[in-house]
Amino acid sequence: MIRNGSQRSVIPFCVLMVVLIFLYLPFVMVTMASFNASKYGGEWVGFSLKWYESLFENDAILDALKTTLFIAAMSTFFATILGTMAALALHWMKSRIRGIYSALVHTPLVVPDILHGVGLLLLFVTAKHLLSYCFGWEFELGMVTIIIAHVTFCVSYVTMVVVGRLETFDGHLIEAAHDLGAGALYTFFKVTMPMILPGIIAGALFSFTLSIDDFVITFFVKGAGDTTLPIYIQSAMRRGNPAEINALSVIFLAFTFIFVFVTQMLLTRKKETK
Amino acid sequence: MDTPILRFENVTKCYGNNIVLDNVSLSIAAGEVFSLLGPSGCGKTTLLRICGGFERPDEGRVYLDGVDITKLPPNERDVRTVFQSYALFPHMTVWENVAFGLRATGVPRDEIVKRVPRYLELVQLKGFEQRRPGQLSGGQRQRVAIARALINQPKVLLLDEPLAALDLKLRQRMLMDLDAIHDEVGISFLFVTHDQQEAMCISDQIAVLNRGHVEQIGRPQELYEAPRSSFVASFIGDTNFFEGFVTETQGDYCNVKTKDGFDLYLYNDRHLNTNTPVSVSIRPEKFTISLTPPTDTDQKMNVLQGEVEEVVYLGAHTRFWVRVGGHRISVVKQHHAYGLDERSITWGDAVWLTVGADKGYMLDRNGSMGE
Repeated sequence: MIRNGSQRSVIPFCVLMVVLIFLYLPFVMVTMASFNASKYGGEWVGFSLKWYESLFENDAILDALKTTLFIAAMSTFFATILGTMAALALHWMKSRIRGIYSALVHTPLVVPDILHGVGLLLLFVTAKHLLSYCFGWEFELGMVTIIIAHVTFCVSYVTMVVVGRLETFDGHLIEAAHDLGAGALYTFFKVTMPMILPGIIAGALFSFTLSIDDFVITFFVKGAGDTTLPIYIQSAMRRGNPAEINALSVIFLAFTFIFVFVTQMLLTRKKETK
Repeated sequence: MDTPILRFENVTKCYGNNIVLDNVSLSIAAGEVFSLLGPSGCGKTTLLRICGGFERPDEGRVYLDGVDITKLPPNERDVRTVFQSYALFPHMTVWENVAFGLRATGVPRDEIVKRVPRYLELVQLKGFEQRRPGQLSGGQRQRVAIARALINQPKVLLLDEPLAALDLKLRQRMLMDLDAIHDEVGISFLFVTHDQQEAMCISDQIAVLNRGHVEQIGRPQELYEAPRSSFVASFIGDTNFFEGFVTETQGDYCNVKTKDGFDLYLYNDRHLNTNTPVSVSIRPEKFTISLTPPTDTDQKMNVLQGEVEEVVYLGAHTRFWVRVGGHRISVVKQHHAYGLDERSITWGDAVWLTVGADKGYMLDRNGSMGE
């Protein structure tokens, strides 16, 4: 810890190590447990892949996985489009209260999930009654309400990332494109889009990860039918086979890490080429 | 005179209560380099942006080749802008940047392939086709921006402080290159700058702007030798101002008594009458400075006696500040002789300044804003 001849304290480094261990030890535990032949963990019985095998034979889990991925794909799709448009609107806005709009978009990121969940549930229930009363339309809480709920929190992330991206490039670029004879559409697809694409992709990956991981909000709005993976895991921990869940968690974890890694790569690489 | 290629007619623009352009009218002839010169905040960039279509004037009209373009969007105007930041598309290669204007306006592919190399050659960027703007130097980016703007063969090229981001040596070279490019393509350049040397160097006509209005329009020599206001006189080159009033007129000449109490005999080109207050500008290089009294003086020669207060040796010339009565006069002496041979004038020397009656210039008192 001595650099350039100056004495530095080793305490920060030690604390960092402790923090990292604290952060990653749970993941290590789950990973180890998933390879443990023992069903209920505790003692190490021997290395085994049998939980991974039985996992892929468990139809309930596979169904939940399919539902989760479908919801993630749909909510990412809508959140990315809406978020990008919101970001463009915010960026081009000349209003004096732009700051307020911006804060309004970003606030859901820090609002507790449980509030979000309760609020959405109330909204959906009210909407359900209103629609049924006024138009005779009937719908049940389920896939659609989960997607809508996921879109609401993913939009904030996409907007934040795309606005960040928009702010890094020279505003004269758009003017230059118009100046060179390009119309609005040509400018959007040839200049604006390519410039903000890394932001859009990063936002989409963020959304996808968030949607897959979400438990609290989904729990409130899911209704009786469809079950996502986090919800399934939560209930299976109590009554199912915890060892299978460990294996599932590890797969889940691996995907999450890959997504976060790719997102970070995209965000940092583009800053360097700027 | 031919019909001007570009004409601003009574253009006024305000931001809130701030009047950025106040009833500005200008005409730019076909093929000339016209500079808008002024300090920051004088409205020169706003005028350029109005011409490019990025701003709308509150009042007034803009005509391009006789057609009113005031309300046309930027992409429907036959003018192109070179932005101060260059605004090159970072995700495109040099080739794609230059071709952008052609592609955007639907020029056929074989025409694009023919034209792009020609314009890259014009700006001496052959061999850089596949580079991206991030891999180019400041001067090279500048050239890409110029080629990109010229390729659509606009009627007027607008340049917004194009050299501001370059270092001094490069700036001088780019000026020469710009001049060569202008000769080659022959279209009008509207050149915005705050640097009077840049403007003097490249322009056929210069409009000096100050606080949103035009102070004077003229050829570089006219602005330098016959500035109409003290703002122009001080903005373009250095000068000495003498405030005073006319005491006596003698034909084309007159005597001016300055506030600091000495008399100047000057050419009275404004035919001012006795007792008219006047402001006179005499450029530092118009004075002759010597350690000995001048011998062959005639009536048209003003002789002032003073003491050297400061000396700045600048190689090709030396700048002196000479105290004459209540006035500090700036004087520039060129070194024609080999400098080490003669006894040089230094701090504290008693000196004689001589200046001909025709070397001073009387300014518009009511037009003077600066100083």
